[in-house]
Amino acid sequence: MTWSEMSPLLWEATGQTAVMVGWSTLFTVLFGLPLGVCLAGTDRGGLFPAPAVRRVLGLIVNVGRSLPFIVLMIAVIPLTRVLTGTTIGTTAAVVPLTIGAVPFFARLVETALREVGRDVVQAAEAMGAGRVRIVTRVLLPEALPGLVAGLTVTVVTLISYSAMAGVIGGGGLGDLAVRYGYQRFETTLMVVTVVVLVVVVQLAQTLGDAVARRLSHR
Amino acid sequence: MITVSGLRKAYGDVVALDGVDLHVGKGEIFGVLGRSGAGKSTLLRCVNLLERPDEGVVTVDGRELTALGPADLRRARRRIGMIHQHFALLSSRTVAGNVAFPLEVMGVGRAARARRVAEMLDLVGLADRAGAYPAQLSGGQKQRVGIARALAAEPSVLLSDEATSALDPATTQSILALLRRLNRELGLTILLITHEMDVIKAVCDSAAIMSAGRITEAGPIPDLLAKPGSRLAAELFPLPPAEPGTVTVTLAADQTLLSRLARAYDVEVALAGGAVEPVAGVPAGRLRLRITGAGTAAALADLRERGLLVEEDA
Repeated sequence: MTWSEMSPLLWEATGQTAVMVGWSTLFTVLFGLPLGVCLAGTDRGGLFPAPAVRRVLGLIVNVGRSLPFIVLMIAVIPLTRVLTGTTIGTTAAVVPLTIGAVPFFARLVETALREVGRDVVQAAEAMGAGRVRIVTRVLLPEALPGLVAGLTVTVVTLISYSAMAGVIGGGGLGDLAVRYGYQRFETTLMVVTVVVLVVVVQLAQTLGDAVARRLSHR
Repeated sequence: MITVSGLRKAYGDVVALDGVDLHVGKGEIFGVLGRSGAGKSTLLRCVNLLERPDEGVVTVDGRELTALGPADLRRARRRIGMIHQHFALLSSRTVAGNVAFPLEVMGVGRAARARRVAEMLDLVGLADRAGAYPAQLSGGQKQRVGIARALAAEPSVLLSDEATSALDPATTQSILALLRRLNRELGLTILLITHEMDVIKAVCDSAAIMSAGRITEAGPIPDLLAKPGSRLAAELFPLPPAEPGTVTVTLAADQTLLSRLARAYDVEVALAGGAVEPVAGVPAGRLRLRITGAGTAAALADLRERGLLVEEDA
């Protein structure tokens, strides 16, 4: 395969990966962040302790995390149909990707929030701050470097998950490697795809680390 | 200013507060002394209801906090400043941002907030570090930010939770001097807890000693010193073990004691041990004396008459 033959394939696949990872990252933050706040907050000694709620949330999150992504992707097909009107293609892949990443990210959010000192939260309480303010003005800003680090890990995981999206016709770099590199013995394309994936992951991690470092004033 | 009565708090089987009564007068610096685990931290955190006592009433500045609902309690807390052992500053905010936090909670507008922040940083001597992050400050500077933050909302009361325990001795003294100054200049009432005798000695007008969830002694420091068998006096001014034939004299006021005794009663006064230094603004201390001579009994009676605590050592 020549470069001019590979190039459009690579561009298309990279674009598909970007679309899948981009949208699913957005939705993961949208759902995972509040879920993580709930997980941390409902714990004993948390901001709004509710052991029963926490147990239920914890159970849901653990179920979500224990399913291999490839199984999850098939299992949520009915839901995907309801949400996107289709069960195949790049858009359809965003649904399982989000569902797979939300519990993962929520746990990372929970951990990051736990890192914020209890004394800082109590100081805010002592100043008469309400719970909403404590979450938005104390917990989240204080945990921001940790949240960014967690998001970076999540994005890298999403890139990896998205490689399996070929199964439901989502396309992307992983799918390209499987269809051309493996099934058609296009070793060169396989190597190039791997290189592109490594570079993309490397870029995401470096960018995430830089942002986290920039935000940290510890 | 602060009145606490019948306070009880247990964590499971562990009784942290076992019926505590305390009164802190307006404009007073009141120190609660105790070892770790004595319950003093729980007591302090019950005053602004960070911990809710199982039983008892807490009144601050005329408001019965224990009777307030959540929203009213939050409002009332804004009138109670608090400083912490490990400063509890927001690492994501600058010095100015930290001091502004309580003002944001109160809904103070941006311009007024900036003015007040500048004023507070001036007060604690950190005007030039407004843009620094807490991580860039020394321990003493961090506690100054803590103090500026605690006072930004113009509270009538300041609670100090071991505020100097994480600081070195010189820094401790400068923070205590600052608290003393704020107490005088602003008429601020301060309730502090500490395990360090030196803190009580350096700044407190009144003190209480706490052990096993109870207050064993409380009152103005001169009164405590004048009380027979006072643990405060013993801990403030430790003496070597008593010997037969000596007397222990505790003083808490300016007294020309030794020369007068020798002159008036024709006795020999030998010093066997002692410590005297200013406490709550007056010279105070304990002396162990060996008094000999015909006038000994009369001399001791004279001392007692002048209000000194005289204990004859067995």
